[in-house]
Amino acid sequence: MDALIEYSPSLLAGAWVTLKVAILSLLLAVSTGLFGAACKLSKIAPLRWWTALYTTVVRGVPDLVMMLLVFYGGQVLLNQVSDRLEWEMIELNAFAAGVLTIGFIFGAYFTETFRGAFQAVPVGQMEAGRAYGMSGWQVFWRILFPQMLRYALPGMGNNWLVLLKSTAIVSMIGLSDMTWLADQAGRTTHQPFAFYLAVCVLYLAMTSVSNAVFQRLERRYNVGVREANV
Amino acid sequence: MEWFDLTVVTGSLPEFWRGLWMTLQLTAIALVVGFAFAVPLSIARVSKNPWVSAPVRAYTYFFRGTPMLVQLLLVYYGVGQSEWIQGMWETGNPFWLLFRDAYFCALVAFSLNTCAYQLEMFAGAIRNTPHGEVEAATAMGMTRATALRRIILPSALRRALPPLSNEVILMLQGSAIASAVTLVDLTGAARNVYSRHYAPFEAFIFAGLLYLAVTFILVGLFRVAENRWLAHLQPRRSASAQKD
Repeated sequence: MDALIEYSPSLLAGAWVTLKVAILSLLLAVSTGLFGAACKLSKIAPLRWWTALYTTVVRGVPDLVMMLLVFYGGQVLLNQVSDRLEWEMIELNAFAAGVLTIGFIFGAYFTETFRGAFQAVPVGQMEAGRAYGMSGWQVFWRILFPQMLRYALPGMGNNWLVLLKSTAIVSMIGLSDMTWLADQAGRTTHQPFAFYLAVCVLYLAMTSVSNAVFQRLERRYNVGVREANV
Repeated sequence: MEWFDLTVVTGSLPEFWRGLWMTLQLTAIALVVGFAFAVPLSIARVSKNPWVSAPVRAYTYFFRGTPMLVQLLLVYYGVGQSEWIQGMWETGNPFWLLFRDAYFCALVAFSLNTCAYQLEMFAGAIRNTPHGEVEAATAMGMTRATALRRIILPSALRRALPPLSNEVILMLQGSAIASAVTLVDLTGAARNVYSRHYAPFEAFIFAGLLYLAVTFILVGLFRVAENRWLAHLQPRRSASAQKD
């Protein structure tokens, strides 16, 4: 217990790293997802094929394998580039590799979530917007997007929870997130159980807060929608 | 191709196969053990008695709310730390000695994790059983246990097939973290090949392709299973449906 108190500032710093990785990856994943959904619903066939390939490959390959590929492969590529340009060696940042990989992976999941949500908005809504004289952009922002978000929210909440938990693997490329710090502290104090349990509690706190936030958001975006009484 | 040397892959093929075999073993055993516990626990989860359902809820809350990597580390490094366990090791009791074995610890952590996810899926499917089915069973004079065994569980487990196929794929991908506790699964093999040849593209892309292939096979198998056991829930193939 004393060891836990002694190391708690370090663990909390690790929790902050975990949160930073998760939030930056989320931003990357959501923007990738919106773009991917637009491609999947586009009229241009090659765009659809490439996005289909992207979502299939991402869901079939473990996140860890992809992260190791980006981290170690990225380093090799960087070395070749810096060799050719006769620069000094650039060290690939584990933080950047982690965020890029997790954002890329969850971009595929958000692509599917957004695609389904866009399709769930009835076409009549867009036609009504057009009939009121709105431009295509206005129809998108005022009609399509807010309604799409309502259908997408449950999926987004789910994706975020999975994303948050998958940040733990960045510790395997040496980024000092809370799992990595708990590993170190556990080795030094010979009390790994207490430290891993503390990490679990921190993750549970994060997932519970996220759940509460998403429940409020869902209530907000479901205003005016009548639920069936079963 | 300069950046992809095929001889690295061909030279390490036996290593990749051994890793793949380890990955398949870990995934399959964890899924089966998880399933065996998930079915009875899902019945406890939907129980109206809070003394029965609350402990199960606490279990799934913990295991679905934390990363599997941390759970694995907790079992492998954490359990061995306890003095009580260490005392048990000294007695030479074979059961407790198992906790020194990375393979066993990985199976424990993976099974506990997948069991939590599977049981929530099954519990959801049980709750969604059409109440007419249960009423019909009662009308036939079945007791609750008989109705559960003959009507509710078979119907619920079938409807849980699509989410279950998702969980199987996620378990396959999730097992990649086994290399964190010294196990040489497919990812572990790729990491070894990488560090020996300093060839990240060859090692990780080939491992990724193998994972992808296994995923495709599993998805195909589940499609066959769904066509067989969920045929009664699929929309009828009518002339109008064939048009789109």
